[in-house]
Amino acid sequence: MTEIALTLTDAHASTARRARRQRLQDAAFRNATLFFALLVLFILGGVTVSLIDGALPALRAFGFGFVTTEVWNPVSEEFGALAPIYGTLITSVIAMAVGIPVSFGIALFITEMCPAWLKRPLGVAIELLAGIPSIIYGIWGLFVFAPFMQSTIQPFLINTLGQVPGIGNLFMGPPYGIGILTAGLILGIMVLPFITSITRDVFETVPPMVRESAYGLGATTWEVVWNVVLPYTRTGVVGGVMLGLGRALGETMAVTFVIGNAHRISSSIMAPGTTISASIANEFTEAVGDVYTASLVALGLILFLITFAVLSIAKLMLLRLQRQAGV
Amino acid sequence: MSMSSSAALAAPAGGLYNRRRIVNKVALTLALGAAGFGLFWLVAILWTLLYNGLSAINIALFTENTPPPGGEGGLLNAIFGSVIMTTVATLVGTPIGIMAGTYLAEFGRDGKLAEVVRFINDVLLSAPSIMVGLFVYEVMVIRMGHFSAWAGAMALAVIVIPVVVRTTEDMLKLVPNSLREAAAALGAPQWKVITFVAYRAARNGMITGVLLAIARISGETAPLLFTALNNQFWSADMNAPMANLPVVIFQYAMSPYEDWRQLAWGGALLITVAILLLNIGARLLAGLGSTRK
Repeated sequence: MTEIALTLTDAHASTARRARRQRLQDAAFRNATLFFALLVLFILGGVTVSLIDGALPALRAFGFGFVTTEVWNPVSEEFGALAPIYGTLITSVIAMAVGIPVSFGIALFITEMCPAWLKRPLGVAIELLAGIPSIIYGIWGLFVFAPFMQSTIQPFLINTLGQVPGIGNLFMGPPYGIGILTAGLILGIMVLPFITSITRDVFETVPPMVRESAYGLGATTWEVVWNVVLPYTRTGVVGGVMLGLGRALGETMAVTFVIGNAHRISSSIMAPGTTISASIANEFTEAVGDVYTASLVALGLILFLITFAVLSIAKLMLLRLQRQAGV
Repeated sequence: MSMSSSAALAAPAGGLYNRRRIVNKVALTLALGAAGFGLFWLVAILWTLLYNGLSAINIALFTENTPPPGGEGGLLNAIFGSVIMTTVATLVGTPIGIMAGTYLAEFGRDGKLAEVVRFINDVLLSAPSIMVGLFVYEVMVIRMGHFSAWAGAMALAVIVIPVVVRTTEDMLKLVPNSLREAAAALGAPQWKVITFVAYRAARNGMITGVLLAIARISGETAPLLFTALNNQFWSADMNAPMANLPVVIFQYAMSPYEDWRQLAWGGALLITVAILLLNIGARLLAGLGSTRK
């Protein structure tokens, strides 16, 4: 009798022990995953803090004037970020001007026009192209596209648009081949697969019912796209475009090869210029002196702020579409 | 009767209908043109790469180290360096990414913290990679006092993490809850439910994520420029600068020497082929998972 009771309490005790052990293991596992999730936050925090910390000497030396001056003189140690900021923005604008309509056209072609058997292979090809590293676009730009620009496109632009008063200023000067326009166009080609694959994805979130109702009412393909698909997916499309923009703003390798690395703002978009990331890539390892290095890090900080804002907006837009599609 | 009524119906609408048809035709032609234009450039890039790259591929490319200007050589040390740093980065980044992704999918779910982590992770996912290079330069290269392969690998690991977090979370969310409940009902503690049941069900998708992350870092140049730097010689020392394909391509392509440019094309083709294979592999694996479900 007592023996049985003893083994029972033994069993109880061992079950309790096991339960306790499992609770501890569960808590340990849960906290471990929590730790690594916090690590992700910590990385972004670390990036922010280290950029600010590294940029301090430059910010202290130049103050707010850093973002409004164009001078970049390593010899006299005077630095201003205006030229790289201008270059970053203008190359991205050119990239978007090319990238948005063309990728919209490709997405429209894939979702509405192309024969069913071509849909999947074409979509997969676009997504594979999105994985090609930017350095490939860079060396192609340097060896193939820049010479082509120099021999064909730029002389043509100089002789036609360059002669028009007003906008002619944008297309003046000798055809270097490299420069702001070339870099912007290469960026435009590079963001094509990104924007296309996102646009195609959001186009496909439109319920077939909605699309078919419009067709059933006698709408043409274009009317369906313009009046039904686009309004339905507006936020998603804008989100995709913003992601592409974030990509273009921060892109380094596709630009560095062909931008010319000249710290000045020219009225002509065919002149050499520089972008934030190209300046950092070209000069960082050669920078001598604290202020020079700090100025480059400060450029990185500015890029960080710009892209963070753009990516946040993109993310919020895409989230809104998800909620809308979820309802 | 029916003919005359349809004619009567068509007559007033005819002008409008024709205009709509013309607008449709013009818009679709423009879309077709845009598609052709865009695809033309993308194909042109691949064709140039293939044309120039193939002529640079030979045995020496894989058996000799990077040459001095004007010399003969290959990319052996750079290939080795890229493989080593990519491997280390994957080994460091993958567990971190999987754990963080597990938190988001299994514990955090719809909580405030999970939402913030998810948001930040997505920002990191598309943040410019050159900033990751600056970050690692500030926290590792300056502290250590010199460039090193460790720093390069850590920079790449920072890029691996958000990719793996994202796919792990997405894949775990696809695992049906009934599987977890069945395991829990058998008395399995939660960590066993997750590691033995959820991970196993989501395995293919998670491996896909890791493959995509490897593909992503194989071509990254910007984060390596001032972390791993470059090395003209054979080096297996993780504490010293190490050669790697992207930076060698960058340096050699910008040089005035014909031999170096040839090697740059060869390296570019190698990287692209490797990345395409990884992407295709990831795709096949993901497809395998979805058909079995």
